Amino acid sequence: MNRKLLEVKNLKTSFYINDGYYAAVDDVTLTVNENEILGIVGESGSGKSALAFSVMGLHTRAKMEGNIFFNGKDIVNVSKADLNKMRGNEMAMIFQDPLTALNPLMEIGAQISETFILHRPNMTKKIRKDRVIELLKMVGIPRPEYVYSQFPHELSGGMRQRVIIAIAIANQPKLLIADEPTTALDVTIQAQILDLIRELKETIESGVILITHDLGVVAEMADRVAVMYAGQIVEIANVYTLFKRPLHPYTRSLLHSMPTGGQDKLHVINGIVPSLKHLPRKGCRFAHRIPWMGAETHEENPILHEVEPGHYVRCTCYKNFSFQEDESKEA
Amino acid sequence: MWKFIVRRLVITFPQLILLSVLIFLLAQAMPGDALTGLVDPNIDPETIEEQREKLGLNKPWYEKYIDWVGGVVQGDFGQSFRYKMPVTDLIEERIVNTFWLSVTALIFTYIIAVPLGMISGRYNDTILDSSIAGYTYIGFATPLFIFALVLLWIFGFHFQWFPTGGSVAPGLEPGTLEYVMSRIQHLILPALSIAIIQTVSTVQYLRSEIVDTKQKDFVITARAKGASESRVYNRHILRNSLLPIAAFFGYEITMLITGTIFVEQIFSFPGMGQLFIESVLQRDFSVVNAVVLLFGAAAILGALLSDIILSMVDPRIRIK
Amino acid sequence: MSILEVTNLKIHFPIKTGLFNRTVNHIKAVDGVSFQIEQGKTYGLVGESGSGKSTIGRGVIGLEKITSGKVIFNGVDITSKNSNRKEIRKNLQMIFQDPYSSLNPRKRILDIIAEPLRNFEKLTKKEEIKRVEELLELVGLSKENMMKYPHQFSGGQRQRIGVARAIALKPKLIIADEPVSALDVSVQAQVLNFLQDIQKELGLTYLFISHDLGIVKHFCDEISIMYKGRYVEQGTIEEIFNNPQHIYTKRLISAIPDMNPSNRDKQFRLRKKVQQEFDQRYHDYFDSEGLAYGLKSVSETHLVALQEDVEKVW
Repeated sequence: MNRKLLEVKNLKTSFYINDGYYAAVDDVTLTVNENEILGIVGESGSGKSALAFSVMGLHTRAKMEGNIFFNGKDIVNVSKADLNKMRGNEMAMIFQDPLTALNPLMEIGAQISETFILHRPNMTKKIRKDRVIELLKMVGIPRPEYVYSQFPHELSGGMRQRVIIAIAIANQPKLLIADEPTTALDVTIQAQILDLIRELKETIESGVILITHDLGVVAEMADRVAVMYAGQIVEIANVYTLFKRPLHPYTRSLLHSMPTGGQDKLHVINGIVPSLKHLPRKGCRFAHRIPWMGAETHEENPILHEVEPGHYVRCTCYKNFSFQEDESKEA
Repeated sequence: MWKFIVRRLVITFPQLILLSVLIFLLAQAMPGDALTGLVDPNIDPETIEEQREKLGLNKPWYEKYIDWVGGVVQGDFGQSFRYKMPVTDLIEERIVNTFWLSVTALIFTYIIAVPLGMISGRYNDTILDSSIAGYTYIGFATPLFIFALVLLWIFGFHFQWFPTGGSVAPGLEPGTLEYVMSRIQHLILPALSIAIIQTVSTVQYLRSEIVDTKQKDFVITARAKGASESRVYNRHILRNSLLPIAAFFGYEITMLITGTIFVEQIFSFPGMGQLFIESVLQRDFSVVNAVVLLFGAAAILGALLSDIILSMVDPRIRIK
Repeated sequence: MSILEVTNLKIHFPIKTGLFNRTVNHIKAVDGVSFQIEQGKTYGLVGESGSGKSTIGRGVIGLEKITSGKVIFNGVDITSKNSNRKEIRKNLQMIFQDPYSSLNPRKRILDIIAEPLRNFEKLTKKEEIKRVEELLELVGLSKENMMKYPHQFSGGQRQRIGVARAIALKPKLIIADEPVSALDVSVQAQVLNFLQDIQKELGLTYLFISHDLGIVKHFCDEISIMYKGRYVEQGTIEEIFNNPQHIYTKRLISAIPDMNPSNRDKQFRLRKKVQQEFDQRYHDYFDSEGLAYGLKSVSETHLVALQEDVEKVW
């Protein structure tokens, strides 16, 4: 078993909307080990990106409760200066949209160099440039010396995403957070970027949190998977277990609604994801989407149950859950 | 990039020509001509007609236009009726005054706008931001000529910190330090009154640019690299926000022109604006023509200048 | 009978440059594409960004100027000037990608759905409301929603409102340009099911434009793969997915993430193999400009862009 790298404990991240704070991440507990990819899957509004931003301390106007232990420090309570020492150094992030995540007025080389300037102040200019070109080569950018002095708009989306990855891995972070790294890319580019992330993970032996809405990406990449719904983790398991024996009704519904070929009709989950303000804060948050399951099947205060080693499921409603014919009728 | 600049210059020429045609036609449409007020009414009409023919006043308008433009190109704007001297000589000393007034006003404008806009944008929706916003609203609502009068009264007449008129104290030898200091002293109050009022749009513009840029993804990237907030602002947000301000520069020049017209009048500052008002009132049309043409050309060149600046700082344009 | 017949369609955009904005070249967004769709079928156009798939859809419906080629819709050549545009527009509708920006936020649902009705049919206020009610019911929304505004609906609901507007005039062909790619997985399923339902109910024909091979496989009868404005392969779902011939098709298919984690190493090796073939045999599949060759029949329905005769080139 690999060493624990990151430990999130009862994390609650809330945003102020109109009249008060609403938790987008609500009581999330998880760990990431060294040299492992933890996939976090969920639909929009599930809180998966808010979770990633919490770990990086990137929320500027959010209230954070609970703990995020990384390398012995609690990110929730650490000073801004200490946080800046960690970000881009021991932990780094890959962003969703390569078209907007780079500064349009800064040369590629300068944008990568900045991570060295910030964390390796003693590095000479010459070595810095060599390192940047080495990095560009490493992430598969052709003609790195030339790209070094190019601007973002001169590169394709796939190439820009490689630059963003180069920025992230520059200081060989222990923890790499990839927030929908391939959503904005074409399928063939997606495959290349995912293969790249996997290779890099092997070489720098870091732990990776891979956030995505795409179950296929998780199936190909992750070692363990956490499924998020409405700000909570509803199921967490080894990737093989999760795809072979999914338990939580939401996980099962989600898998069921993917077009895999061969189905006549796709499965549709009843109702819609409630907005942050209107999340049910009591009881099973998925209950209203499976209304045929009686109240007695849910727990009053659903917690994660360890149903087999390393496999956790929230609430008890999974026990006798079955799909209902044609859930698609408008609520 | 030179290609862009050349193309931009090529567009500028027809603009200038159109401007000169318009000004000329407008002047033509005014009643009377150069001889109307000059000639003794007792001279018989035939002699006047003869004079007209001799001076070329009976030629069709396009020939007259070509004569006029031909002169303008050589720096000859004709004769002022009132001052009885070449318009060029008349303008020469005033254009220098107005130039320095504009430069000083521009410097003040940016000295006020950049820090205020930055503070307002960085700490948006705080009390600090609200008070700056309050200032900009007052600035928008206050007419420049009233504000300038108030400044003149308070600092010129009441405290007597600054001179109340002219461009330099009389009796000083040009080239001496005293002379230069006196000129600067004469510039400060009019320039400040233009700047304080006209900077508010730049303040608001910069603020909204910063608020906008703050939410861009690349700013999050910079934070995720471990950059401190001040670095994030100085290296990433500010440069991207100042870019549109550079594009605003041309507009700023147009605003300066309107500003100088009022302010020079109020501070009896011998510049182009004052000359403009005076010559309009006295129907000194050759002077009006010249001044309007120069103002128009300044506005067009200002727009040209901001495009060139923009093309130099924005790599997305620079490459083309 | 085929309802849409496209022959040698070309849509080129001029590239302008220099001091005087001369047209120096053309972007061949669509460069000689032919296909036909049978009544009641779903035809998929697949490709990555910049492949020209959306341009075809926009060209057919008249949002993009056609450079050359023929588009025969319902027996009428719609590229000819004297065709009845009004009749065509009525029978040809489009569903857009983004359910958030394709509905006017200041209009009520009633006005949005009734807009095509007002353009084409003279209805009394009462008849109009009745028709909108029927349409809303058809897309599974209650009639109480009529007076609401777009922002009061979820993404999936909005996309269904877009569909209601598209089917208001009972069109024969609907061009769906990435209709579900902005939606979450579960909502995606809902919209796809619904599109299938109304297809059966109204006998609709779809031109389905998508980059997502998984969805296309589920939804379409016949598909074509596009690359840089040209077809690289065309065939039935079975032919394309079980027997891909062109390297680009193979590359696309191998890039689809497999839902079974046990296959990941196999997939990884497959991608490496395809990439190798792509690098080594590039010129067997693409000409000197990096474009696909002309189409060659493999079977009656299966066409692949390969060199006419490799020997001849020698």
